[in-house]
Amino acid sequence: MRFMVIVKADKHSEAGQMPDRKILEDMTKFNEELVKAGVMLAGEGLQPSSKGARVRFDGAKRTVIDGPFAETKELVAGFWLWQVKSKEEAIEWLKRAPFGGGTEVEIRQVFESEDFGAEFTPELREKEENIRRQIGAKR
Amino acid sequence: MAVVMGPPPQSRGSMTVPEANRAIDAVWRIESARLIAGLTRVVGDVGLAEDLAHDALVVALERWPESGVPENPGAWLMAAAKRRAIDLLRKRKRDERKHEELGAEMDVRQESAAADLDTAIDDPVGDDLLGLVFIACHPVLSTEARVALTLRLLGGLTTEEIARAFLVPEATVAQRIVRAKRTLAEARVPFEIPRGADLAARLSSVLEVIYLVFNEGYSATAGDDWLRPALCEDALRLGRILAGLMPGEPEIHGLVALMEIQASRSRARVGPSGEPVLLFDQNRATWDQLLIRRGLKALERAEWLSREAGGALGPYTLQASIAACHARARTPEETDWERIVALYDALGQLLPSPIVELNRAVAVGMAFGPEAGLEIVDMLVSEPALESYHLLPSVRGDLLIKLGRVEEARKEFLRAASLTRNKRERKLLMDRAAALG
Repeated sequence: MRFMVIVKADKHSEAGQMPDRKILEDMTKFNEELVKAGVMLAGEGLQPSSKGARVRFDGAKRTVIDGPFAETKELVAGFWLWQVKSKEEAIEWLKRAPFGGGTEVEIRQVFESEDFGAEFTPELREKEENIRRQIGAKR
Repeated sequence: MAVVMGPPPQSRGSMTVPEANRAIDAVWRIESARLIAGLTRVVGDVGLAEDLAHDALVVALERWPESGVPENPGAWLMAAAKRRAIDLLRKRKRDERKHEELGAEMDVRQESAAADLDTAIDDPVGDDLLGLVFIACHPVLSTEARVALTLRLLGGLTTEEIARAFLVPEATVAQRIVRAKRTLAEARVPFEIPRGADLAARLSSVLEVIYLVFNEGYSATAGDDWLRPALCEDALRLGRILAGLMPGEPEIHGLVALMEIQASRSRARVGPSGEPVLLFDQNRATWDQLLIRRGLKALERAEWLSREAGGALGPYTLQASIAACHARARTPEETDWERIVALYDALGQLLPSPIVELNRAVAVGMAFGPEAGLEIVDMLVSEPALESYHLLPSVRGDLLIKLGRVEEARKEFLRAASLTRNKRERKLLMDRAAALG
């Protein structure tokens, strides 16, 4: 199963400051551990929200809101995608990450197609497949 | 029993026993391979090393529900295992002293063993882990034993999990593992990383085991389900770990590339009611682009390493290249069949096999027309190795349809259905036959 591990923003990341060398080194080492253990599928750090934007949907109306965004602690500053056997394994890995200073990092399980179960009826599935096919054809 | 104590319970809030057990399972999965590897180097026997590691686990199961999981669980388990190992070495020494008046030599050995234990958990290069990989996949063992031992020692799977994955009774797997350990001990298999000419042969045994695990998950040879994704994930993880341990070996990256690209299609290979969906009918929009990207990157590395070494592409890299041709094609029509034929030509020269030849026939049929493909298939019909291989009549049926020979095609699909052991696949083949009247 896959988990997305979401690292939240803080005032430093939002100010576009790079972490100091020690933290970068520790993080590189941690990432190497994850790769060596065959756990890490992907991982990226994100630029501050001042370089991003939001699109708001209201009926047919689309409004573009430019960053930065105020609610710093709710913003995402980076993520990993991990493949592990259980949520507990993801937790054990995350506990080894070199964070400090009250940082909170969130672990969320990624849906696999079998998770949709009975709710995702063959008809719905077919519809979704059609949509995906159209998207695929347009590319 | 001497163990390192965790922090006092009040400092971490108590865990329920099931919570603690799940956490311990997770720690075990992360730490067990390195733990067993380090212990094997020191005690020289993989069976004993696993027993010691398990003893440490038992202590953890007793303590952690109360104390919480310690800050550094790997070091904690190693420390607990180390105490057990030292107790054991002392006991052995006492026993030996009883038999013969043996002194200084044993002391020296024990001292150095204790020092080794201190560094055993520090294995930054991963040499211990690699040593364990080569032991678990040692050619002195049967393929089944290699698979079971690899999943158990390196994948951190329990005997029960392995049994469930391979649809065999737990007792069978347990027995395989016990026998494998005995065989290794009797053959005095050393804990080492093979070098030189030996390395190629030993490595190919390791890759074979990993790919076998993957394939059992990817196209289950028996049972009700067409896919067992957990096994694919285990194999991929082992492959990725191995690629990290031996980054200079092209064929490891080739195998990883092959597995990543094949796994990228898992979602598309199963229809709404669990039936298999063939490559050309798959909705390519549901292929996992992340895995494809990872696969193509691993393939690039494999090709680059092969070129650097001045050698030809190995069999896994060739198969990954074929898989990549499909992965790069956004529609079946975009597939570069001529390149696939060339890759199968190369693979057939490297590993002449009727199965490779059958696959080449499919590619030839696509690149140069069904008649050319059928010509190759017809030469394979008398091949004893393919006598009961369901894909032979299935491929033949496909080619016959394209040539308008419907009745012959129908018979081939029926024959294929009678040969497969997988329920889902049988139904698919029966349906195809029925559709032809």
